Amino acid sequence: MEFAELIKTPRVDGVVLHRPFMPTVEGTLCLTGHHLILSSRQDNTEELWLLHANIDSIEKRFVGSLGTIIVKCKDLRVIQLDIPGMEECLNIASSIEALSTLDSVSLMYPFFYRPLFEVIEDGWQLFVPEEAFKDLESMTDEWRLSEVNKDFSVCPSYPSLLTVPKDIDDESLCKAASFRHGGRFPVLSYYHKKNGMVMMRAAQPLTGTNGRRCKEDEKLINATLCAGKRGYIIDTRTIAVAQQAKARGGGFEQEANYPQWRRIHKAIERSNVLQEGLIKLVEACNDQSHSMDRWLSKLEASNWQSNVKEILTTACLAAQCIDREGASVLVHGTEGTDSTLQVTSLAQIILDPACRTIRGFEALIEREWLQAGHPFQQRCAQSAYSNGKPRSEAPVFLLFLDCVWQILRQFPCSFQFNENFLIMLFEHAYASQFGTFLGNSVAERLKLLLSQKTVSLWSWVNRPQELERFLNPLYEPNNLVIWPSVAPQSLLLWEGVFLRWNRSTKCLDEAYQEMVHIIEYNKELQNKVNSLRRQLAQLETEDGPLQTP
Amino acid sequence: MHKKKCNVCFPSQVEQVKLLDRFSNKSVTGTLHLTATHLIFVESNSTSAQEIWILHHHIASVEKLSLTTSGCPLLIQCRNFRLVHFVIPRERDCHDIYSSLLRLLRPVSYDELYAFSYNPKQNDQQREEGWQLIDLAAEFERMGVPCDQWQLTDVNREYKVCETYPRDLYVPITASKPIIIGSSKFRSKGRFPVLTYFYQEKKAAVCRCSQPLSGFSARCLEDEHMLQAISKANHNSRYIYVMDTRPKLNALANRAAGKGYENEDNYPNIRFQFVGIENIHVMRGSLQKLLEVMGTRSLSMTDYLVGLENSGWLRHIKAIMDAAIFLAKAVTDEGASVLVHCSDGWDRTAQVCALGSLLLDPYYRTIKGFMVLIEKDWISFGHKFADRCDQLDPDPKEVSPIFTQFLECVWQLTEQFPQAFEFSEWFLIQIHEHVHSCQFGNFLGNSQRQREDLQLKERTYSLWAHLLSEKQNYLNPVYSPSFAESHPVLEPSTQAYHFKFWRNMYHQYDRSMHPRQSILKHVLTLKESNRELEGTVQALKTKLQTFGVSTSPLKPQTPPREEDAPASTGGERTVEGSSATENGYGELKGSFDSKNEPAVVTLEFGVARMTC
Repeated sequence: MEFAELIKTPRVDGVVLHRPFMPTVEGTLCLTGHHLILSSRQDNTEELWLLHANIDSIEKRFVGSLGTIIVKCKDLRVIQLDIPGMEECLNIASSIEALSTLDSVSLMYPFFYRPLFEVIEDGWQLFVPEEAFKDLESMTDEWRLSEVNKDFSVCPSYPSLLTVPKDIDDESLCKAASFRHGGRFPVLSYYHKKNGMVMMRAAQPLTGTNGRRCKEDEKLINATLCAGKRGYIIDTRTIAVAQQAKARGGGFEQEANYPQWRRIHKAIERSNVLQEGLIKLVEACNDQSHSMDRWLSKLEASNWQSNVKEILTTACLAAQCIDREGASVLVHGTEGTDSTLQVTSLAQIILDPACRTIRGFEALIEREWLQAGHPFQQRCAQSAYSNGKPRSEAPVFLLFLDCVWQILRQFPCSFQFNENFLIMLFEHAYASQFGTFLGNSVAERLKLLLSQKTVSLWSWVNRPQELERFLNPLYEPNNLVIWPSVAPQSLLLWEGVFLRWNRSTKCLDEAYQEMVHIIEYNKELQNKVNSLRRQLAQLETEDGPLQTP
Repeated sequence: MHKKKCNVCFPSQVEQVKLLDRFSNKSVTGTLHLTATHLIFVESNSTSAQEIWILHHHIASVEKLSLTTSGCPLLIQCRNFRLVHFVIPRERDCHDIYSSLLRLLRPVSYDELYAFSYNPKQNDQQREEGWQLIDLAAEFERMGVPCDQWQLTDVNREYKVCETYPRDLYVPITASKPIIIGSSKFRSKGRFPVLTYFYQEKKAAVCRCSQPLSGFSARCLEDEHMLQAISKANHNSRYIYVMDTRPKLNALANRAAGKGYENEDNYPNIRFQFVGIENIHVMRGSLQKLLEVMGTRSLSMTDYLVGLENSGWLRHIKAIMDAAIFLAKAVTDEGASVLVHCSDGWDRTAQVCALGSLLLDPYYRTIKGFMVLIEKDWISFGHKFADRCDQLDPDPKEVSPIFTQFLECVWQLTEQFPQAFEFSEWFLIQIHEHVHSCQFGNFLGNSQRQREDLQLKERTYSLWAHLLSEKQNYLNPVYSPSFAESHPVLEPSTQAYHFKFWRNMYHQYDRSMHPRQSILKHVLTLKESNRELEGTVQALKTKLQTFGVSTSPLKPQTPPREEDAPASTGGERTVEGSSATENGYGELKGSFDSKNEPAVVTLEFGVARMTC
């Protein structure tokens, strides 16, 4: 098979592995089609199994005949392999380079991975649009499920089933689609049960420089408003950026044509800028020689925290319009596949307690990211160590997870999952044995036959054995809307991801365990008290206390 | 609660005063009361009427801003970083409050301080017991001093050698009185080298003093002998470290004034080291810059990070931490004794000695031990609390957040070692609160001698007794005493990214900025509940025994039914919705009327409150 051609030296002995905060390991390095494996061939020492897909870039160095390969991973880890023999080292390096940058999706590990566990609940069948629509139907009859995109011809990045206002027919949808970037006409994203307000999302309207308009688009949007009500259009771009988009055929809704809507512009960065920010941030985190001033100025220069603040603020604004102002909201940026989804998904976490459970969060990712057509494969092709010119890589999803983490930090008892769950999702979005994050849209995933040929991440995560790691011991369901603070003083650097490999977490982990212990002990004691009480109550009804002799 | 009437305050009550939120456009209306000790704001027409009590001593500055259409704004800045903005309807009232406050917050004599009128309804015996809680002689004994190498000297019994030192001082046995006196004459303010911490395991000493009066070439044989004696008292090392905690440039400049630092040629067996902590003026300026940035409304992330950097605050915190780590390493790794000084030896020296000892000795990481540490390195060795904290007769050039920095360093450590400390950050914040409150006698004055003259022990109460009586509030629920066994010496990382902005200190009163659910409070409540439940289990078992049922071991547990929830869960929880408008996501101006719903946020645990 074709992998063998890429592997010139499958095995080298006497390789030394250096990892941060772990003892060095000497052993045999093996290359397979999908993994880099280092085994010391001794019991009780951990082996290294690294997916080639997780390798972001490598560097090689030579001192005499001793070669060193520095492997930089997409999960931000950096490891070092000392390989005796120059030829072996060069061979290994070129194999890793080739294997970690395979172009064909169908050669990716998920297509070869066979689970060692029995799939009890198939993650591919877990979140289907029909089910979500049933929930909606129980609350309102204003919406219908349209099959207009059945063959993905109206909008290639949308799923085949879409929730649209009941009174708008498919023909109008097609017309509205032709007026929106990439055919992404306004669809329902979220229905706020409390007051019946909705959040929709779309791509930018194609008004162009001559102010084109589209009656069907206007009708479609207005159909979501009750009589006399008004709504907000949240454009994730600044007014200047939105103006510039007109020259390229894009644009924004003219107030004259949408009189019932007020437009608000926010300033979420475009994805290529975000990628630069990630690279700068990780560089700053990895440089151990920084003085305080240099660290703070590099952190600032990366703009990462600014992006977190801006995205979170926009999501809060959308949620505020819906919950506090009692108004419906339409969110879009340019393509409607990046900043738009960050905003709509975060707003739901703020508004809807269901999204703060594990299942609910999975459903949210499925709905607002995977089915909504966030191009995962393009965005996550490279991470912070990519040296080439970025094509369409961008940490859009990672920023979303960072924002969720910020909310979790501020409401530590309101989420069923913990930080590890978010970190796990970050890892799997970039490199995984599961097929969930492959492809860029529902259409692509269908073509790749992912649901038949690969295992879903959810099939694995939802097993009780795995789930245990991801449960938040502090969780107590909370039905309220949770408004995070977006003051810079309230937003922290996500150390669990960005300093993960640069610090020892032993003390923090032990403290966490102690906290878990206190919580569990409390449950245990309550049970004990209950059972004793019951026992006592039983005795008291049966007969009085024995007389002591 | 009763509000004591004040005869210098006029008017004592003003209605319809608006309290503006510092960071949003929200405001509440209420009544302002002025008493002899507090400025009190009571919110009106609300079910959960909040009250704000501000101790006059906490007020750093009062500012009357220019008249607006809604009234006369009064801006009050407090030393505990609270900032309140009132709008008083009538200018006349505003002016009266303003001038009353000006008079009240500038006490001219110690007798006017709150501590001398504060009465927690304790009798004399209780008060005395409070003052006896901390016993420094016992503390030195705990360290193993006096011993064969170190002795107690009575040279300063009458404060004749050094009036800013305590009476009881520990010196090497080979340091005779003439040597001590000679050395003291060669040291700034007579602060000669004395023992502050003894690391028994290696017989290594941590000593402190002030700078030598060496100028460009002066020497003093007695002082050289003194350092020799310190060196000889430790057989584990042939040298001692002399840490000059100042930047080298500052030390050089001092030489021109006849002061300076030790010349290694004259002191055999020393290893001299500068560690570069800036002086009180730089620190004061740094905090000012920090607070200015943090007080900005709608602060952007960029301005926040740039401001944090430009203030230099975290750089200074790191410098102090680096120095303390240097000290701890010299003592543990090399078994060497260390002599620490700066200029006068009561600011940077106190920071480094105290923090270094805390790294070395787990005892100082307990509630009681931390009190002892402060009593020893700060209070008894004459950190000038009155001057630094602006208690009386203010000289703005003497004010500096030196002690605050020490507390922050400890907080930074608690972040890296969450199980090492018996107390939580609320303990640190509460101590900070009272360093400025002048409600207790502990921190009044600049030296032990002055405190004795003021008869503080007879006339005021001790903070330590008060804090111990509320110990429950300050406990760290995940504290593990066994952590001290595995980590007797703390070895923190000083990577820049480990130093964080201490939001709970500098924004203690800005509620909208803090997490709406506190893990600390939650776990603390559970731990408390665990204690109660253990009691309940015991009681139930005893009761069952009267039925002749043997209860031990317990039968396997049956899952609890809902209605069986025990009455004593004690799990009081705060509800965590919050107001969107309070957080300022911005720009819903005009077209729709936005209602300002009251926030459902409950005051987080530990928000310090004055006891009256």
